[in-house]
Amino acid sequence: MSAAAAPRRRRRKGKGRLGWNLLALAIFVVMIFPVYWMFATAFKSTDDINRLKPTWFPTHPTLQHFRDAMDRPYFWSSVVNSMIIVGITVAISVALAFLAAIALSKFRFTGREVFIVLLIGIQMLPQVGLVIPLYVVLAKYHLTQDQGVYLGVIITYMTFALPFAVWTLRGFLVNIPKELEEAAMVDGSSRMGAFVRILLPLVAPGLVATSVFVFITSWNEFVFAYVLLNDQSKQTITVWLSEFYGTSRQVDWGGLMAGSILAAIPVLAFFGFVQRKIAFGLTAGAVKA
Amino acid sequence: MGEIVLDRVTKVFDNGFVAIDDVSLTAADGEFMVLVGPSGCGKSTLLRMIAGLEEATAGSISIAGRDVTDLAPRHRDIAMVFQNYALYPHMDVRRNLGYGLKVRKTRAAEIDRRVTEVARLLGLEQLLDRKPAALSGGQRQRVAMGRAIVREPTAFLMDEPLSNLDAKLRVTMRSELSRLHDRLGVTTLYVTHDQVEAMTLGQRVAVLRDGVIQQVDSPQALYARPDNLFVAAFIGSPAMNLVEATVGDGQVAFAGWELPLEPARRPARAGRVILGIRPESFEDAALADAGLPAVEVEVVVVEELGSDSHVIFPIDAPRVEAEELRAAADHEDDALLADDRSLWNARVSSKTDAEPGQRLRLAVDPGALYFFDPDSGASLTVGARATAAAV
Repeated sequence: MSAAAAPRRRRRKGKGRLGWNLLALAIFVVMIFPVYWMFATAFKSTDDINRLKPTWFPTHPTLQHFRDAMDRPYFWSSVVNSMIIVGITVAISVALAFLAAIALSKFRFTGREVFIVLLIGIQMLPQVGLVIPLYVVLAKYHLTQDQGVYLGVIITYMTFALPFAVWTLRGFLVNIPKELEEAAMVDGSSRMGAFVRILLPLVAPGLVATSVFVFITSWNEFVFAYVLLNDQSKQTITVWLSEFYGTSRQVDWGGLMAGSILAAIPVLAFFGFVQRKIAFGLTAGAVKA
Repeated sequence: MGEIVLDRVTKVFDNGFVAIDDVSLTAADGEFMVLVGPSGCGKSTLLRMIAGLEEATAGSISIAGRDVTDLAPRHRDIAMVFQNYALYPHMDVRRNLGYGLKVRKTRAAEIDRRVTEVARLLGLEQLLDRKPAALSGGQRQRVAMGRAIVREPTAFLMDEPLSNLDAKLRVTMRSELSRLHDRLGVTTLYVTHDQVEAMTLGQRVAVLRDGVIQQVDSPQALYARPDNLFVAAFIGSPAMNLVEATVGDGQVAFAGWELPLEPARRPARAGRVILGIRPESFEDAALADAGLPAVEVEVVVVEELGSDSHVIFPIDAPRVEAEELRAAADHEDDALLADDRSLWNARVSSKTDAEPGQRLRLAVDPGALYFFDPDSGASLTVGARATAAAV
């Protein structure tokens, strides 16, 4: 290699990296802009929002829209409904998915491959296509009225959350070498002991990541909640948000954006609370890479 | 007493594959026994059965006089070192070492004392607070070893513990393992596919092939008196040279050559045999005892190792095709160049003048010939059999 060749190659490499960085920046801007717009609009005065020539920043920031949103009927009951439905969905689906994922990753049985393929296949079905059939099934078991409707929605959410959760957790579990449990068993643990002391701590980040994802998708679900939860006192936060559109001819954009931010807070809080636990690559060093 | 006794142990997997076929084996108390064989011969399965990680289909296993065949791994009082170390990644070295003691409800002070002691023995004192991810390969290996030692078990089971280390470290760790065993005196069953490891570490070596024990003997005996063609081809590096030969009256003919037979070392019968000559039984005729018989060969490659030289030459005979040899070679097809002729290897003094393309006279020690039955592969070497029985 000549002395002149090295700097030239470095320069070309530098140029390529700049291109990628610019592309990444462009994608970032496209993704972050709606979020920014949501925040900006929520704090703008109604006059600013309705101006034909949009303003980029809230010139007279106000918390009025937040006050309005929280004063709207059914805000608090919707938050509580969402919390209950999503909380139960996350708890049950992650617990069940964990057990299923252990079976799929640690044991061999007939139909195992087919089951794994089915898990993926099911997720390819468009959810909207299932609205009517699911409604019919739930109605048959009286899960579309009264208190049963909560259970109906939870079951519906689980039909989507479970396959996803099983699939992700299986991915985490197959990456944990079976020798770790075996070593623990030789060292003096029972199978259960090895599970609790070795497998569980190692798969914890996977459990957290999966719960976050199930939480987000269920919290943001709208179509099924809208169809099943007709009673305003039982509606979830997404359904409550949609009413900003429907109740008057003019949409209250400020209120809608403030409401959206309020609706996002629990998701952000949940994520912030558990994200420390998501330390991928925790199994590094267990075995020779 | 840490004696391990396997009595007619068999393992058949669910798909019908017989991994271990009627194996009986005894490792005496305090013995370092090596299980060696090509990959897939069942040696790891056998070790895992002793550990209790695989169930035995038939037969019984006892450790220290106690039948453990149906016991869970934790009740067998053995420690195992895994090929990939299997350190608990979420625990630091101290907790990795102490795990076995902790789950056995040992007092904290006692755990601390033993962990410190083992850490000192293995030079791990500085690493006790590190996680496995922050350790080098050799350090991880030590921790894995320490985790076994700290428990003070009846026996150690080691599944290719050195195979993930680089060549140099492997040699160092090999001798350390030997010293460690001398010091602790704990019965050790050691699995490896590396016959050099087997020969250097084992007080006795059990050679396995397709789930069947071929021979159990001291390393020297395996080398000098292999029971069959498989053991002969597997033990020794470079491998024994083999050829189909015909035994006549006082001589053996092969590949256009004839060698006289020594009365003390003859085949049990005349006729068709497979002749084996170890590379180290050759010598450059110019440097050897003038009385030895010699053959003239065409040198194709000379590998100079400094201490000695490997002279590689073709012989005028096809390669010996036997199932046993393919198994021993451990590779489906290890010939780089298509050549029907068999290539032989002679290990000669580094003073040799041999050069590729030239002809060379090689002296052969007729007292070091091996003879095998071409059909059964069993050893026909009379002198060898007699001595083997005496050992």
